[in-house]
Amino acid sequence: MDWLRAWMMPPQGSEFAKEIDFIYMALFWLSVVLFFMIAIPSVYFAWRYRYKPGRVTPHQTHNTTLEVLWSVLPLILCIGIFFWGLNGWMKYAVAPGEAMEISVTAKQWLWQFEYPDGSRTINDIHVPVNKPVKFTMTSEDVLHDFFVPDMRVKHDIIPGRYTQVWFTPNVLGEHNFTCAEYCGKDHSGMKGKLTVDNDADFAKWMETGGTEWEDYFNGKDPKKTPADWGKITYERVGCNSCHTVDGSKSKGPSWKGVFGSMVELNNGTSVLADENYIRESMMNPQAKVVKGFDPIMPTFQGLLKPNQANGLVAYIESLK
Amino acid sequence: MEPAVTSGARIGDRPRPKKNYLNETKGFKSWALTVDHKRIGIMYLVGTLFAFLLGGIFALLVRLTLLTPAHKLFGLQVTAETYNRFFTLHGAIMVFLFIIPSIPGSLTNFVLPLMLGAKDVAFPRLNLASLYLWIVGAIMAITSMIVGAVDTGWTFYTPYSTTTSGTVTLMTAAVFVLGFSSIFTGLNFIATVHKLRAPGMGWFDMPLFVWGMYSTAVIQVLATPVLGITLVLLMLERVFQIGIFDSRIGGDPVLFQHFFWFYSHPAVYIMILPGMAIISELIPTFSRKTIFGYRAIAYASVSLALVSFIVWGHHMFVAGQSQLATVVFSALTFLVAIPSGVKVFNWLTTMYQGNISLETPMLYAISFLMLFAIGGLTGIFLGTLSTDVHLTDTYFVVAHFHYVMMGSTVTAFIGGLHYWWPKMTGRMPSEKWGRIAAVLWFIGFNATFLPQFILGSRGMPRRYYNYLDQFQPLHAFSTVGSWIIGLSLFMTAAYLLASLRKPADAPDNPWGGTTMEWQTSSPPITHNFEDQPVLEHEPYDYRPKAVAH
Amino acid sequence: MEQQFDTSKLGMWLFIVTEILLFGGLFVGFGLMQNRYPREFIEAHEHLKQELFGRPFPLYGAINTIVLLVSSWTMVMGVNAAQTDQKKKTVRYLVLTILLACVFLVIKYVEYSHKFADHLLPGMFYGHQAEDLIKGTHGYATFFAFYFMMTGLHGIHVLVGIGLLSWLAMRARRGDFTSEYYTPVDLVGLYWHVVDMIWIYLFPLYYLIS
Repeated sequence: MDWLRAWMMPPQGSEFAKEIDFIYMALFWLSVVLFFMIAIPSVYFAWRYRYKPGRVTPHQTHNTTLEVLWSVLPLILCIGIFFWGLNGWMKYAVAPGEAMEISVTAKQWLWQFEYPDGSRTINDIHVPVNKPVKFTMTSEDVLHDFFVPDMRVKHDIIPGRYTQVWFTPNVLGEHNFTCAEYCGKDHSGMKGKLTVDNDADFAKWMETGGTEWEDYFNGKDPKKTPADWGKITYERVGCNSCHTVDGSKSKGPSWKGVFGSMVELNNGTSVLADENYIRESMMNPQAKVVKGFDPIMPTFQGLLKPNQANGLVAYIESLK
Repeated sequence: MEPAVTSGARIGDRPRPKKNYLNETKGFKSWALTVDHKRIGIMYLVGTLFAFLLGGIFALLVRLTLLTPAHKLFGLQVTAETYNRFFTLHGAIMVFLFIIPSIPGSLTNFVLPLMLGAKDVAFPRLNLASLYLWIVGAIMAITSMIVGAVDTGWTFYTPYSTTTSGTVTLMTAAVFVLGFSSIFTGLNFIATVHKLRAPGMGWFDMPLFVWGMYSTAVIQVLATPVLGITLVLLMLERVFQIGIFDSRIGGDPVLFQHFFWFYSHPAVYIMILPGMAIISELIPTFSRKTIFGYRAIAYASVSLALVSFIVWGHHMFVAGQSQLATVVFSALTFLVAIPSGVKVFNWLTTMYQGNISLETPMLYAISFLMLFAIGGLTGIFLGTLSTDVHLTDTYFVVAHFHYVMMGSTVTAFIGGLHYWWPKMTGRMPSEKWGRIAAVLWFIGFNATFLPQFILGSRGMPRRYYNYLDQFQPLHAFSTVGSWIIGLSLFMTAAYLLASLRKPADAPDNPWGGTTMEWQTSSPPITHNFEDQPVLEHEPYDYRPKAVAH
Repeated sequence: MEQQFDTSKLGMWLFIVTEILLFGGLFVGFGLMQNRYPREFIEAHEHLKQELFGRPFPLYGAINTIVLLVSSWTMVMGVNAAQTDQKKKTVRYLVLTILLACVFLVIKYVEYSHKFADHLLPGMFYGHQAEDLIKGTHGYATFFAFYFMMTGLHGIHVLVGIGLLSWLAMRARRGDFTSEYYTPVDLVGLYWHVVDMIWIYLFPLYYLIS
């Protein structure tokens, strides 16, 4: 009967999905049996005891044994089903400690995801196969809900609070997720793609730090340039805590007008602030320290994805 | 199988009264200022059926939009915003303007005093006030639709409802007014049942219809005020930003859901108990056999009313309530299945060894048994915690509640309407067209909503305007089903209205019922009974000497 | 007659149940919010107190409580007078009840104007958002939102009560009530006691928490 389950339920993306499907199908067959236990008599009796003039019906007012039986037996059945459901739910309710945590910010009408290493992506996430992943979620505006049918998980996302779902995907490939709490105009457009990768592919994906940056480098949107991505990165990775972009003084040199200028270093020499200089400053900041500033900049080696570094260069170049 | 006496017969040799409640006084004022429960019931019937039509049109628009992914309605493009209004208005009109007020306001208003052998309800002027409040609420709701419409879903979840544009405040004010209409009706019925029973009629001699309506009235009185205050808080939050439901200003969106469902779960029992009450009348009458398990059904009605107050959290398993609350609410929810099951078994046992004729009301009653079975059984999937996580907020829930609210309550309503039509109007409706419409209703309803269970379990969320291609065949099937429903209802309206052209000469007791309303003429005289009736037999007594004709 | 009286009384009690549930929702909401902002609620309620012999004391609240309690007593006396065919006394006690109710509303008006002057208003009219932002809490604003909602809803019920009592007083003067038929007096009396009782719960909740 697996074809019936496969027709009624989405693909099974995890062990948990298999367990839920098992309960679902059990309840399904139970319901079919109980339904026919009600439907068949109702139709059969209408035929078997059809009207005959003059027939007298028996005066059956009650039957205590029968009534107790059909109150107690369903009650026992219900208690059993309750505990079965509770059991499955408890597994879903608490994520295992080693789960990779992805934080989710839902807003009308898109999904923002952030990985532990700071990579961000929108509407499109990758997770490694056979490893538990936990989503910690909040909303920027109204109620939303993160629903991954193939994993059989769902939870509301509430502004001002954090809620959680988790699962361990065990099937490679693409799955859909969708918003399941009405949130306004484009509620039914608020969906995304979850891709389950093997370890190698997942590592490769993490290298690039998500897909959010792609729009800024593919030229499709004139409003999204590498320099814009650089500005976003400037704020996100904290460059702005030491470098201004308007020329004002801070812990580090301002970026305004730097690109292409001659910079005086603290050892008395001057260098051209070209692209190589910028890149070296990010990865090996102690190599060339600007005069009048302390050598306090940390290295961003390993902390910046290539697209982020490229973006920063483009941004700095744009700050004439 | 034609046992229904179709015309003429009167109890004993009493001549047919020339004046009845319909023609005794004439003119607009005699209706607008009436305190006759029967006239008020007729006016409620007209009003709530109009609301049913309006809500039904929105339903057809929803289903038409979902027929194909192109979202075209008669060539016009439907936008997401328009679609969101369609489903919101469908839900709000159906819940607040039709399902909750219809059976209590129309059929119960008409029949309850007659069943008790009373002249009227306890507070006739309050009854009229209830009607006026319904009318005012309806006007406010319709105005809010015309002036800007609402797109929050009938559940008004915050913070979307407190911040979106649209006529939310006016619509919630309308629902507030409608709530008071419901409260006063419930209040009236409780007092009537306590105080106005005929001599000889103890609590356990009353028809089970009365037990069902009494239980409904208890919920109306206890639950509706909480909706009232919730809506007031919603309006204040929207207009003055009080800060109770919006987290940006210190509130809690989940609190709204607790307040809202504290009323709205008992409210669904306000919807189903009257339907069950009607079935408790139809089955013994058309089986010509005493009801099996009278006391069990009576107790089940009251316990459903009481237990309905402690399960509201089962609408919120994934909403962010505490885990303990979630577990407790699931356990309690299973409790509520038992009284409903007991009733179904008792009705089936009543049919066993009966003498059954399949007139239209009985066809609806048998449909009820099957459709309510599906509705109730699918509730188990939703009460079970682990499956609910997957199924909640999907089409599975939509299918479940349509099976109980529409497949059960509306089915019973149409059956009851047909059953008491001769008593209310003095005319017998066409049996042929009634049966055809009943069969079409059953087919159309299942065609529309059975596929929606599959849509839901396969992951289609509710309130969705777009959908994945894989869902299109099921959606199309469901839409065609909705047309069959429309056809059936149109037929029902047509043959009922057509019956009004016949002379008003229906028998006092065309179906052979044992309850007191059948002891008076069809239609009844204004003060219901010529002499105060006294109850002289057990309820539903079909033993030969006890039958009253 | 007795059946009618009994029935009306049942109807009135049912209505009272709905009122209790209506206010109940607000009481529950208040309780939940107090749980969320315990410190702010205690601090905020100090604004409901006035200076008495150099110390803060909920003077207006206490006076209003006494006023309503006395008005319940005058109401009972009025019902009693109607029950015993004493027309003049009935009218007198009804009028006294009305006067006391008016005193209640006047004191409420004074309280509200003090709040307005201090910008302690509900919702978007709350005038201390900046300070609250620094303290990082919505608790004070929430307290005052609830204060106005609950005392406001209660005040509306007092106003409606005045209307009902006035109507009763007019009918009493006309001689409508006798020992045979005093139902409206009895029922409005019930209503008035409920209005009083709701205040008896409101008063400690708002004015006396610590």
